[in-house]
Amino acid sequence: MDITKDKLLEMYRSMQRIRHFESKIRDLATANEIPGFVHVSIGEEASAAGICAALRKTDRITSTHRGHGHLIAKGGRLDKMMAEIYGKRGGYCKGKGGSMHIVDFSLGILGANGIVGAGLPIATGSALAAQVAGRDDVTACFFGDGASNEGTFHESLNLASVWKLPVIFVCENNGFGEFTPMRTVTSVSDIAVRARAHDLPGVIVDGNDVLEVFKVASEAVARARAGEGPTLIECKTYRWEGHVVGEAAILGEYAYRSKEEVDSWKLKCPLIRFEKWCAENKKIDAGELQRIVTETEKELDEAIAFARSSELPAASEVTDDVFA
Amino acid sequence: MEQTYIKAINIALHEEMRRDENVFIMGEDVADLGGAFKATEGLLAAFGEERVIDTPISEALIVGAGIGAAVLGMRPVVEMQFADFISCAFDQIVNMAATLRYRHGGKAACPLVVRAPSGAGVHGALFHSQNPEAWFTRVPGLKVVAPATVYDAKGLLKSAIRDGNPVVYFEHKRLYRSIKEDLPEGDFTVPIGVAEIRKEGGDLSLITYGGTLGPSLDAARIVEKEDGLAVEVLDLRTLLPLDREAVLATARKTGKVLIVHEDRLTGGIGGEIAALISEHAFEDLDGPVRRVAALDTHVAFSPPLEQTILPDTNRILEAIRGLAAY
Repeated sequence: MDITKDKLLEMYRSMQRIRHFESKIRDLATANEIPGFVHVSIGEEASAAGICAALRKTDRITSTHRGHGHLIAKGGRLDKMMAEIYGKRGGYCKGKGGSMHIVDFSLGILGANGIVGAGLPIATGSALAAQVAGRDDVTACFFGDGASNEGTFHESLNLASVWKLPVIFVCENNGFGEFTPMRTVTSVSDIAVRARAHDLPGVIVDGNDVLEVFKVASEAVARARAGEGPTLIECKTYRWEGHVVGEAAILGEYAYRSKEEVDSWKLKCPLIRFEKWCAENKKIDAGELQRIVTETEKELDEAIAFARSSELPAASEVTDDVFA
Repeated sequence: MEQTYIKAINIALHEEMRRDENVFIMGEDVADLGGAFKATEGLLAAFGEERVIDTPISEALIVGAGIGAAVLGMRPVVEMQFADFISCAFDQIVNMAATLRYRHGGKAACPLVVRAPSGAGVHGALFHSQNPEAWFTRVPGLKVVAPATVYDAKGLLKSAIRDGNPVVYFEHKRLYRSIKEDLPEGDFTVPIGVAEIRKEGGDLSLITYGGTLGPSLDAARIVEKEDGLAVEVLDLRTLLPLDREAVLATARKTGKVLIVHEDRLTGGIGGEIAALISEHAFEDLDGPVRRVAALDTHVAFSPPLEQTILPDTNRILEAIRGLAAY
């Protein structure tokens, strides 16, 4: 599969935007500049970027509590995301949702979700809507290895398979359901094999290799658009940060995994890997990549300025939007 | 020795597991990690992996497996990591556990405890802030408790574990490390179904539980000092079965009742209490029964919105003064 230069640049920009945004969120949360708790996806950028690069604007995604990366890769605006995480009126949800509930329906982002496994049926319904309407839009459903032990996972895969729905189930397997190692509570070591139980293709991909993720996603999208039904893609990856930023204050450092393990995954950085590939294959010169970094830094600075200057919602808005 | 609310829960679990080998713990991150909030810390080391069990993120299974073990004579204490996630296990609690004894003609019991860290005030947004007790307080066969003090956290958990019925134990996560009390050592229980007067008074009754006991007592002390009003504060402690006698006694004593809870106004237990008083103590009332509760909306993320939604000392103060002047 030959990937165009524009597509390569798009994926790199996605990964940089995610890395910059998430690193900043981590720092702001640590400094108590943003309220509540946040889950960041540093180290997992390639799955979000690779999957969303295979989608078009009218395609849809559902996301998770660790959703910033998915939203960014689907085209989410950093300024409105940042403002939401600050709890400001200028945010995507007017400050009502916060980090775990960001949506942008105009971009096909059906929502991050603070309930594990809750996105799977919703993605299935989104795919059903496309099928009923006779459109060839695809829905990509992001979830973690933890969610694959929820009933909603099996219920969704079953019916999507029966009805041949245009949905791609994307399991980002980072090895931990919150703080518990997946291997201790999961019957299989590869989530992808669970596709067999529901008679749909299950594919394992190196989730830190954005090019491989893109290829696998493109095939699954083509299948879905052609009416051939769903695919389960398992992206093997790892989160560098904790389940939730600040967890060490309660749990202690490295409470459930070793420093060595975390460090070993940092050596598999999806961004550095892509940069090396570009250099070795003479695809994109370093200057062009650097320009994306510079532009991302500027975009992030503007996002923070926007969030800081946005107003807090007024008390009078508190019951707005409960009903249509 | 002075202990926190969460430590009292932890101590109760240790003591009950030592006392009865049928007691075991099951939930997400409860074993190796000792719980996301550290409520089950040290239990794995003390009792081993057969009695302190990490589960996958599978709420319906966690409760359902607890039911299966309970009917066979075990005494499982299962944890919903956040009370908000209890909705994923709703069927197992409401249809399975609550009806089990009745639909089997009394031939079986379901001595199960579901621990549920509830409550807002930590900017956790819509799915990490809920007070879902009222979904359960209308279900026959269930017991629902909500301790507000360190002493009750320990004593009610022990009673819940020893009870022959399924008990949902709402622990307010904002109280975990924010309140400390001198906690007597050793075995004691707090009976389920018995409310407690936290402050005596003759002018007005304030009925509350859980996370709003603290702000209610603060407000009662302020009006005592500033307005010379003697507010009686009744801590329900158990929401199902309600201590009807205690509710009616304080209503009859003062003739004016204010109900305060962090759960939403509509459908909250305050409505049931108001109806109870209206039916049985109407002749003794000198004013309307009033309620201070969370607004009828979702717990928004943004701190100023969250603050507006939740009852606080100021709203309670205002309501006390308004009702006193009635």
